[in-house]
This record gives sequence, C-alpha cells and structure tokens, in this order.
Amino acid sequence: MKTKKLTLNKNTRMNFVTYGVVIVAYVILQTMVTTGSISSSLKGMLVPICAYVVMAVSLNLTVGVLGELSLGHAGFMSVGAFTGVTAALALQGVVASGPLRLLIGMAVGAVFAAIAGVLIGIPVLRLKGDYLAIVTLAFGEIIKSLINNLYVGVDGSGLHFSILTNKMAMDEIGRIIINGPMGITTIEKLSTFTAGFLLVMVTLIIVFNLVNSRSGRAFMAIRDNRIAAESVGLNVVKYRLMAFVTSAALAGAAGTLFAMNYSTIIANKFDFNTSILILVFVVLGGLGNMLGSIIAAAALTILPEMLRSLQDYRMLIYAIILILVMLVTNNAQLKSLFSRIIPHKKEAADNE
Amino acid sequence: MTFLNYLLSGISLGSIYAIIALGYTMVYGIAKMLNFAHGDVIMVGAYICFFAVSRYHLPPVVGVLAAMAVCTVLGIVVERLAYKPLRAAPSLAVLITAIGVSYFLQNGAQLLWTPNPKVFSSVVGTGRLALFGGQLTVSYVTITTIVSCIVIMIALTWFTGNTKMGKAMRACSEDKGAAQLMGINVNSTISVTFAIGSALAAIAGVLLCSAYPTLVPTTGSMPGIKAFTAAVFGGIGSIPGAFVGGLLLGMIEIFAKAYISTQLSDAVVFAVLIVVLLVKPAGLLGKKVSEKV
Repeated sequence: MKTKKLTLNKNTRMNFVTYGVVIVAYVILQTMVTTGSISSSLKGMLVPICAYVVMAVSLNLTVGVLGELSLGHAGFMSVGAFTGVTAALALQGVVASGPLRLLIGMAVGAVFAAIAGVLIGIPVLRLKGDYLAIVTLAFGEIIKSLINNLYVGVDGSGLHFSILTNKMAMDEIGRIIINGPMGITTIEKLSTFTAGFLLVMVTLIIVFNLVNSRSGRAFMAIRDNRIAAESVGLNVVKYRLMAFVTSAALAGAAGTLFAMNYSTIIANKFDFNTSILILVFVVLGGLGNMLGSIIAAAALTILPEMLRSLQDYRMLIYAIILILVMLVTNNAQLKSLFSRIIPHKKEAADNE
Repeated sequence: MTFLNYLLSGISLGSIYAIIALGYTMVYGIAKMLNFAHGDVIMVGAYICFFAVSRYHLPPVVGVLAAMAVCTVLGIVVERLAYKPLRAAPSLAVLITAIGVSYFLQNGAQLLWTPNPKVFSSVVGTGRLALFGGQLTVSYVTITTIVSCIVIMIALTWFTGNTKMGKAMRACSEDKGAAQLMGINVNSTISVTFAIGSALAAIAGVLLCSAYPTLVPTTGSMPGIKAFTAAVFGGIGSIPGAFVGGLLLGMIEIFAKAYISTQLSDAVVFAVLIVVLLVKPAGLLGKKVSEKV
C-alpha cells in the first residue's frame, strides 16, 4: 500500500519561508539587542521597521492582490495612531499593565481604521484605476487636515472633543491628549521590538490565510478580470470592500505601534509622502509578494541610515538608487538574460 | 465687494492650478503615466527665474524665458533617461520612477540652492489696479495670471487641433500602435509633450511664486498634488477638463478659506473632489469609456 506523502504546494511553501525569515530575523536581532552588539541607531529603528513592514504587507493586499492603487495608506495609519494612542492614554490608571494597554490601543486603532476603511471604501467601489487612486489620496489629505485641527482631552467624566480651537471644558484632573497641530505630546513609549514582531506575525497569518482562502482567490480573480469574475457570480463589491477594510485595519494597528514608539506624534508625519514611501516598498518588493514587501520595507528604512556618512547627498543617492532599481528590474534585455540562465524563470516570463 | 475679491483670487489661484494641470493631463493623455515629478519642475522653474532676476539682474521677461528653456530641457532629459526605458513596463513601475525623479529634483535643489527660503520678487511688480473708484483693487499678478492662463488655454487648443504635431499627439493618445503604423514618430511626439508640459510648469512656477513669494525646494509638491487633483476633477486626459478643474479647485479653496475655515480648506477641497467623483466617476469633462468584453 502506498503511503500518502505530505506535499506542500508552492504557495504554502513560500508562506512558511516568509514566516521562517521573520522569525530568524527576530531571533538574531533580539539576541543582538540583549548582548548589546547592535548600534543604537539601528536599535531605535527596530519598531519603525516592524510598523513599516506591517504597512507594506497590508498595502500589498490592496495593490498587489486586489490590484487597486491606493495613495492614502498613511491616512489609515494616522487614524490608527491617533485613536489607538488616545485609548492607551485614556486608560492610564485604569489598566495597569503596559503591554495590555498597547494591545488595547492597537485593537482600537485597528477598529477605527477599519471604520475609516468602510467609509472610504464605499465611494472607492464606484471608481477604478487612477480615479480610485485620487480618492484615496484625497482621503489621506482630509484625515491629515482634520487631525491637525482636532483637540481631545480626558477628565473624570470621560473624553472631550473639540474641533478647530480648544473649547473643551474639563474639570481639574483633565488633561489634553490630542492638541491640534501639536499632536500628541505625552505618549508613553509602550512599543517594543517583541510587540512589533508579534504584530508582523499576526499580520502575516491574517494576510496569508486570507489570500489562500476562497476570498483571496476571489480578490485575484477580480484583479485579473473584473468582468469575468462578476460573470461567474463573484460579489465584486463585497470582496473589494473586504480586502480594503482588512488592509486598513492592519494599517491602523501598525499606526498605533509606530506612534507608541515616540514621545510625540503629529498628524503631518502621516502625509502623502509616507503613503508614497510605503507604495515604494510594495512595488520594489514585488506586487503580491509579501516576503518582498518585508525585505524592501526593512532595507529601505535602513538604507538612508546606512548612507548617513554621505551626509547631504544621502537622499539624492536614495533617489538615484530608486530610479536605477526600477530601470534595471524592468529592463527587457536583462529579463531575457536572466530567463536564459534560470530555466524556471523562463516559464514565468512566458506566462506573462 | 469682498465676494468679488475672493472670486478674483480664487480664479487667479485656479489659473495657476489649471496651467500645472494642463501639463499633467497632456502627459497622462499621451504616455498614460502619472508624472509625480511635475510639481518639482515648477519649483525648478521658479528657482531659475529667481536667480536670473534677483542675482543676475536680468529683466523679468528674460528670467521667465530662461526658466521655460531650462524646464523644457529638464523635461526632455528626464523623459529620455528615466521614463523612455520603461515604456513597456507596468504603470506602477513608471509611477515609482516618477517619484524617484521627484525626490531627486527636490534633494538636488536642496543641495544646489540650500533649504533656506528665498523671497521671490514678483515678475510684474507689486502694483494694484483700482476699479470702481477704489472699491475693488486687483493686483497686477492676479491679472497677469488670469490672462496667461487664458492665452495658454487658447494656444494649446489651437495647437492640438490644428498643427501637425498637435494631431500627432491626439493620435498617439488614442492608439500608439496605430499612430506608429501611420508614420508618426511616437517617441518624439512624447518628448514634445513633455517639453510643452515642462515649459508650462515653468510659467506656473513663476506665477505661483509671484503670488505666494516664499520659495523652498518643496514649493512645488503641494501645488503639484492639488493640480493633479484638478486634472482628475476635470477628467484626466482632457485639456478643457484640466482648465475647468483647475479653476473650480482654486475657487473652492479660496471660498473655503474665506467662508468656512482657513485650517480646514484642504479638507473641504478634497471632500468636494470625492463628492464630484461619486456623481461623475470619470471627472467633470472626462469621457466615460464603456469596456468592451
């Protein structure tokens, strides 16, 4: 009798490789942190890297898997950062454990970002291509503008809100949490590298399971041919909203993680440039390739730091590297050269 | 009369947006790419004009012409080096390259001209024209901006409609392959489009800095985003659309600042954009293309 051999398909294998790379990277870096053999600048970047990795993976779900260009991903990060930090700060004194407050903050950030995702998802579903991109861009700018003029405070009777000017009437124990254009200036640094690593793992588990599910195949069918997908009975609106909202919620959690790593945070940190930066991670890492997003996010966050010795020229060099990478990876001659050297790449190239 | 004043400054700001949006929309129409570096070409144009006029004491007209010349060359060089090799690449790759070019121009400007703000002196002086016995005063900058925009609009409409190159542009934007088969040099047509768009960006830069005189290496990015929004607002790819979109966006922005809130004006502008796109998903004057299956 033949024994059934456990075979993993290509996707599953790739997913396990991705988990493995993240775990190994965490173990190595964490060992380096505990033994103190890591430079202080790199140590300070570990949490932002985790946040950017989550941002890149979640944006890859929208751009790579669902196939919709989003230029406002930082908007969701901003919503998550401000609501999550507000929750964590408001619970100071109520919930004693720091990690638990961080967890609650991330959950609140994710929920509010998901609500924002539903709100923006409704108009987005009517549009396609560049018109959709511009609505996401507009959304990011609106969020930035609103949070810049938002005042939130907490006192004995609960949360107080005010827009444009600080009109909050609070009792004597009241304290301001969000102070308009000054942002939040009283954050406790609750984020740790371990929390960041766990969020990355949770994100990967959610995204991989979603992509390899019935819904994930529906996303890809919609991306490849929307009309055909609709004609076989897929509910395009439902699936697009599902991908969009999942991506937004993960970005919200990443926003909380990111903000809780600093003592102050302002709304202008999450502007159009941040959205673009994350899009660069996704495109450079490869559309739909989560491991690529992770590596690109980590490498491009460290790169400006590595180029610090070049001082004023570093952002110029960064720009040149970005252009050259795009030119080289899209060069037809180089592509055909690679496909001749590596046979399995040829199949992939032929299938395109 | 305050209403008329707001209206005029709205039209003036809108005219600047319209001129930038024309560059966006022409490039999009023909190369099907979002040229995010367009906003930074505006900044380069403004710097060139600033140095020509303030440092070398050349007459303003020469400054504007120098800015146009430099930006035209810049536009063509960028297109040749960065965008042309990617013509067959996926559109996202081109988008990222455009962002790379934008970073490059901003940081290059920062190195060459330092991040310290420069005070741009208006190319048409700071005089004001008094109308209705002094009840309504209009600055020369406003008048120049509005007149330039109208002249540019008429010239572009004539150019794309009547000249050989203009017809080639329209042909390329419709179907590049067919245009090539008809003997149109697609590459040089795209180069000319970039040249025109960049020259317009230079004019927009000079006008923008004449009205809002602080010049820094990131001057162009926000007007660039707004103008991109204006182009989509009017229907991207359509020249009259860019004009209408730019004017409306400028007016909405000024009226929102005047009557709603200064700080929230950007939010109002973008909210109006979302509402318009909800009602007309292809922009105000954009063609609704039905998909063939």
